[in-house]
Amino acid sequence: MISRRDFLQVGMAASALLGASGFGNWARLAAQQSLTQDRLLEFDTFGNVSLIHITDIHAQMKPIYFREPEVNIGVGSNKGAVPHVTGADFRKLYGIADGSPLDYALTYDDFTSLARQYGRVGGLDRVATVIDAIRADRPDALLLDGGDTWHGSYTCYHSQGQDMVNVMNALEPDAMTFHWEFTLGQERVREIVEGLPFAALGQNIFDKMWDEPAAEFPPYEFFERGGTKIAVIGQAFPYMPIANPGWMFPDYSFGIRDERMQEMVDEVRDQGAELVVVLSHNGFDVDKKMAGIVSGIDVILSGHTHDALPEPVQVNETFIIASGSNGKFVSRVDLDVRDGRMQGLRHKLIPIFSDVIAPAPAMTALIDEQRAPHANALAEVIGQSDSLLYRRGNFNGTWDDLICEALISERDAEISMSPGVRWGPSLIPGQDITREDIWNVTSMTYPEAYRTEMTGEFIKVILEDVADNIFNPNPYYQQGGDMVRIGGMGYRIDIGKPQGERISDMTLLSTGEAIDPARNYVVAGWASVNEGTEGPPIWDVVESHIRKAGTVSVAPNDTVTVAGV
Amino acid sequence: MEFTRRETLAVGAAAAMVVTIPMPAMASKADALIEEFTGGADVADGGVDLDAPEIAENGNTVPIEVGAEGAEAIMVLAAGNPEPPVATFRFGPLAGAHRAKTRIRLAGTQDVIAVAKMADGSYAKAAKTVKVTIGGCGG
Repeated sequence: MISRRDFLQVGMAASALLGASGFGNWARLAAQQSLTQDRLLEFDTFGNVSLIHITDIHAQMKPIYFREPEVNIGVGSNKGAVPHVTGADFRKLYGIADGSPLDYALTYDDFTSLARQYGRVGGLDRVATVIDAIRADRPDALLLDGGDTWHGSYTCYHSQGQDMVNVMNALEPDAMTFHWEFTLGQERVREIVEGLPFAALGQNIFDKMWDEPAAEFPPYEFFERGGTKIAVIGQAFPYMPIANPGWMFPDYSFGIRDERMQEMVDEVRDQGAELVVVLSHNGFDVDKKMAGIVSGIDVILSGHTHDALPEPVQVNETFIIASGSNGKFVSRVDLDVRDGRMQGLRHKLIPIFSDVIAPAPAMTALIDEQRAPHANALAEVIGQSDSLLYRRGNFNGTWDDLICEALISERDAEISMSPGVRWGPSLIPGQDITREDIWNVTSMTYPEAYRTEMTGEFIKVILEDVADNIFNPNPYYQQGGDMVRIGGMGYRIDIGKPQGERISDMTLLSTGEAIDPARNYVVAGWASVNEGTEGPPIWDVVESHIRKAGTVSVAPNDTVTVAGV
Repeated sequence: MEFTRRETLAVGAAAAMVVTIPMPAMASKADALIEEFTGGADVADGGVDLDAPEIAENGNTVPIEVGAEGAEAIMVLAAGNPEPPVATFRFGPLAGAHRAKTRIRLAGTQDVIAVAKMADGSYAKAAKTVKVTIGGCGG
């Protein structure tokens, strides 16, 4: 039997269309410096099935700026492999010209000036236009949402996710899987899921008490599209009760459960599926590993780690698609499915340039309707920023530097900690900082800014623990976030070492003294997963700090020394 | 473009992967228990199913499942606990399935080990590292 890879090569020899990504067009487009909606959406419809993937929107309904990471280190077998390639190396790998639209969309360098040139990205009314255009080409295209949808903004928090549910329902997705949604609490999740007009999937969502599949979340759903039978299997974020507060959803257990994934793939194949798609919130490296273990998956639509890749990554006979975050990208995947199997693939990562893609008016109205009750609160200007404020990066981002500074000054602490989450848009220098902007990087259901004492030894234990959740060479032991951000303290990290040996040279910045393992330090932080954490919500802490400062400037951060890369 | 991507993957695959967490003192305690269980006979790797999470959601109650077709007994050890023995499941000749499921407490990140005694007197073993973490910080 001819292998998938052979088939793609055969296909490409026969016709330039087969197995190609939409990527070649981009270099030409950049050279011509002409960015139009038609060009952005240009796609020679291929095969008989289209998938539309959007993921990790984090409730960003309106256009935003979003700077991709400068530091994104891969370990073990993923060292130097995408998505752990950034900046100039990334542009070289994909042939992206400096200063081109894709440079702006996919890499971090020169972000401020490119942002001024190309404008904001995302906006679900622009996403609606893209989805409408794909559906015009292929009316029965499947729209699949990878989750982290009902979380991450002022309006989402105050409506307990209802704003996003209303807006997403209007886009008419076919299926969805989950992560931060569960931090709304299990009662609220059940309430929304019960009324959801599409499939809520998760083969790895289990009833905790009985250790059996949770009835509310079926493992898969079949679709008849393009004359073929498609199975979409859901994979929720495996480590929810560990990375997020498990007490908010005590009835559920998760995990990777790749053996059950194999059972589900075999089950849907036995029932006649000709195409098997996994809608995943595993994170990219976990998906890569799973694709090497589970056989029979054609396409993994990968979410959680917020990576945007202009080409699929192939593992054995599985193609992994990564579609970014915060509404910045939509992936279109066209597939040729015939005679019981997938025979070719075309893919395009479509960046949502909000000044180029026209908003769909009905969707703009629906979004504004969600925001109207909160319009004054959202728009209130708290201060200005002299600096580019962004979050992404393995060790720090300027938004978190600012949050850590706010925690130290507002909570009178020596050391501060901010979680290594990857959501939250960027602000460019000179922009007003509104209340909405602060909520976009802090909104969550466990926002209490605690103040406590920790020994130097315990601080090291925390850093070692979190570091191993990022830099363990086995992706199955990674949780997909970034390193906890530290204010008031510097340290050295050797990422190649095992847990317990990575962190050294911990220094209290205010005195320059080495951290004493036995001494107690006053530590302020937020987003604790422990029940009963007390303190003011982080957005109030940050707002108060910015209001006092008026204009904030964040100096370059060199307090973390990284070795073993 | 195709080439570039595959080269990238190939380079990645060439790098070594190290997962083992060394715990010499604890491992020897488990080794002694295995020695006692098998009477010093050779133990084959594989042939035993051991289902445990990669990362425990709660170290105080970690669901595990063991099974081995045709086993007379399966011993479960938590190599890193102060007292490694967890349980030994014995299956009679009329047992319908040679599987068992329970929840165990793990003091920290460690290997969970299952050793099966087969009907023909041979032994087989499986091990899996279960990480116990303080958590926080989701993407």
